Order: sequence, then C-alpha cells, then structure tokens
Amino acid sequence: MPLGALREEFDLNSVISFKNVHFTYPDDEAETLKGIDLEIEKGSFVAVLGHNGSGKSTLAKHMNAILTPTEGKVYVKGIDSSDEDRLLDIRRSVGMVFQNPDNQIVANVVEDDVAFAPENLGVPAEEIRSRVDNALKQVGMYEYRLHAPHLLSGGQKQRVAIAGVIAMEPEIIVLDEPTAMLDPQGRREVIESITKLCREQGMTVVLITHHMDECINADRLIVMSNGVVIADGKPGNVFSQVELMQSEGLDVPETTRLMYELNKEGMSLPLEVLDVDSCADAIKKALK
Amino acid sequence: MLKDITLGQFFPGNTPVHKLDPRTKILLVLLYIIMLFQANGWAAYAVVAVFTITSMCVSKIKPKNIFKGMKPMIFIIVLTGILNIFYTQGTPVLPGWIITWEGIDRAAKMILRITLLVTGTFLLTYTTSPMALTDGLEILLNPLKKIKVPVHEMTIMMSMALRFIPTLIEETDKIMSAQKARGADFETGNIIRRAKAMLPILVPLFVSAFRRADELAVAMESRCYHGGEGRTRMKKLVMSGKDWIALTIGVLFLIAVIVLKKFGL
Repeated sequence: MPLGALREEFDLNSVISFKNVHFTYPDDEAETLKGIDLEIEKGSFVAVLGHNGSGKSTLAKHMNAILTPTEGKVYVKGIDSSDEDRLLDIRRSVGMVFQNPDNQIVANVVEDDVAFAPENLGVPAEEIRSRVDNALKQVGMYEYRLHAPHLLSGGQKQRVAIAGVIAMEPEIIVLDEPTAMLDPQGRREVIESITKLCREQGMTVVLITHHMDECINADRLIVMSNGVVIADGKPGNVFSQVELMQSEGLDVPETTRLMYELNKEGMSLPLEVLDVDSCADAIKKALK
Repeated sequence: MLKDITLGQFFPGNTPVHKLDPRTKILLVLLYIIMLFQANGWAAYAVVAVFTITSMCVSKIKPKNIFKGMKPMIFIIVLTGILNIFYTQGTPVLPGWIITWEGIDRAAKMILRITLLVTGTFLLTYTTSPMALTDGLEILLNPLKKIKVPVHEMTIMMSMALRFIPTLIEETDKIMSAQKARGADFETGNIIRRAKAMLPILVPLFVSAFRRADELAVAMESRCYHGGEGRTRMKKLVMSGKDWIALTIGVLFLIAVIVLKKFGL
C-alpha cells in the first residue's frame, strides 16, 4: 500500500484503530469478537462496559498485541499489531494493567517492581530512578516504595501495578477490570488514579469494566455484548438508552433510572443527566 | 504452621552486613561452607562459630529468627546426631555399651556443623533482598553464559519463585480453611491418612499456581520483558572498599581454619 493511502486510513488523532476485527480462540468454535471497528482517540478516557463473556477482555488484549486478530487488523499508532518485529514498539506504547494485582507484580519490593519495565527497555539507571519515583508519586504510593507488595492492600497493590506501567512511559494505558478484585475503598483509589492520569497527564486511558459507576466520568462509553459493540458514545447518551441497557442486564445510573421512571409516568426529562445536582435541577425545571 | 516458613524471607535493615554487595555475601557464604567442611577439631569449630556469631551480631538478626528458620531442620539434625552416636567405632563409654566416646564427639560436631551451616546461609537470605540476591548470582554466574548456560533465565525463575512464596503460602492457608469448612480433616489419623488428606489442598493449589504463572507471563510480556538481552538495572551493583575488607576477613578465617586443621586441632 502506498504511504499516502496508508496515512489516509488513519485519523491523525486515533492512537488505536480496529479494522473489522474478528477473533476466535484456538479450540473454540464460536467467534469471541465479531467484526469490531473502533478508533481510540488520543488523550481520551474510554470506558468499555460489558458482561462476562462479552469479549471486552479479548478486545483489551488486542490493544497491545497479546492477541492478534484472526481476521481484520489492529493498528497501534499506525503499527500493524500482527507485525512481530514491531512487537516491542507496540508494547512500550500501550501499557496494560490486569485484574489480579498479585499476578502482575514481579518483585519483592515495590520500587523494584516499578523499575521492571524500564529495566527491560534498557533505560539508563539514573533515568529509571527518576521514572520510578515519579510514577510512584503519581499514584500516591511513594511512601511505600520500600515495602513488600504482598503486605499491601488490594487497592495499593493495583496502584503499584499502575505505577509499574506509568514508569514505562506509554502513551496509552489499558486497564482490564482493574477493580474487579478490590473492595469499594480500593476501587475508589484506583479509579481516582486513572482519572488523574488522563486529565492531568493527558494519557489515553481505556478502562475495561463491568461496573457502571466507573464509566460515568469517561469521555466515551463503549458497550459490548456477544463480541460486538452495541452502543458507543458519551456516557450520558449511552445510559439514556435505558431499554437497551436493561435488555443486556446492565445497570444504568440511579439518576437516569429516576428520570426514566418519571418519563414513563408522562414527564419529559432529559436522560443524559448523570450527577445528582443537575438531575435535581432538571426535575425542578420540569415541575415549574 | 505455614507462617513459620522462613525460606526466602528478608529482614530489611541498615547494618554493615545489609549494605554489603550481594556478590560479596554470596562469596562469603561459599568461603564459609568450605571453612565448615575443612574444620575438624574443636578449635577450628570455635573459629567458625566466632565468625558466625560476629556476623549475626553485626547484622542485628535476632537468634529467635534463626531458630524459627531452623525448626524444619530439627528432624534431620537429631537424626544425624543419633546415627553418629550409634554407628561410630571406638572406646565404649561404659564397657559393653554401643555408645562410644568417639561417637559422642562426632555427633556433637555434626550437629554443630549443620547448625552453623544453616545459620550462615540464613544470614545471607535474611540480610539480602531476593532481587539483589538473584542479581548478584546472575553477575557471578555470567561467565557460564559463554558455555550456553541460561544464567539469566535461571536467575529470573529463582526471583519469581521467591516472589511467589508468600502469595502461595497465603493461598494454601485459604484453601486449607475452605477444605476444613467442608469437613476435611488434616489433623488425625496415621501419616498415610494425613498425606492423603493433603490431596484436596495440592490439586487446587497446583491449578491456581499454573493460572498465576500464565497471567504473570502475559503481564511480564506486556511490560516489555524479552529476556536478559539489553536489560539495564536501576540499582547497579558496585563493589566498594568494605566489600573487599569483608572478603579479606573471610579468606583470613578460612586460612586460620586450614592451619588449625594441619595441626590437627
């Protein structure tokens, strides 16, 4: 393909692009991904919501070439993910955080673990030191740098794992259900760290989750079911499709649910409102 | 019971022993082992004991922790002692007895030797973080790469194993509680019965260990791990003056033991 045509295919702002991606696991008859077309915009906070088996984790694993499509293409910053020679380039641009913090921490001391990725990339010692300190400060774990990871709480461990990815200095960070094994406190800590990364550092964040409330602050919400994207847009717009969400067995925010129930009783309220204050305002306005 | 496992445990500290380069400490332990096996007479043992106790005091490791680590070894120590008492030829303690003076002497030395050996190696793992230990080992074994020994792979496996010991212990505890809650009995019956009772623990433990290994491999790859080639280190190991001093002391002790052996002490 001539270079000009190649360039045209990519939106300049798109850092990850899925082109008609199909994927079937070996020894599996059914397709897990059935034709995904997606563009992830640079600097955006994208949430992917879906039930177990909806294909959302499989989708995540395509973003840093842990899995490659059986049909179709995934491009990360214009690099074809099935190009094995460029594997390292893709992996250093896309950091991955997984569900179980215990299984992704490789060292017995927090700071040694965070240093793992830059060490693998051959970064000089002094720079590793500053990257590690920075990364730990960003997730608020700097005071714990000399602790043993197995003695930390789940939320702390997961923040260490996130720091381990930040130290790699990726452009995109993909989190595959990072809160699934955490208690509410730990979940809050992790989500706060992620949101800060996107808003303050301008990092592109893809958050895979099955908790509806973690998606509210995202710029964009993608809902997956059965290997296809069934909804894609601003969280408010997606949640306002209450029937669709309910038919998928997914929750909608309390505010949207309230508005929806009131609308059923003959009111006409906007469903996109996600925080309590603007919800109250909207109802007040409608009642006047 | 599981909490007593001290294998691979590390007590962080700020003593001169902690600050030594891991390579120095590994070499010192090697010298120490040679020393122990050269020691024959009581004087030589005394020299080794002085070396051990001094290192222990300097590193501020509590004897309690050493004893705790020694617990699983007690059986072996006692067995060696008994065998040596009964199977050494010599002059009987009382006429007609199987126990000889030489046997008692040898048993005492053997027990002392094993105890000192274990203490010395514990001092190494207690004062050196597993990461530093494997790093040191990798550099020391580096020459073996020339003859295609996968040194990096071996040391990374070792450090992962050490990293997962606490995680797997925790997991074993959880599985045991789960099986107990469902009526499993680990405490009664003869040894065969009790061994059989361990099966419902081992199977889920293995399954989960494999799953963990799988996830860990994916996570490591995601963090750009691609073998030892082109890897750098955050904490570069540097041999300083005190490392050479420590090694010199070690060599001097070894010489002392060998000289004492020559004189049959």
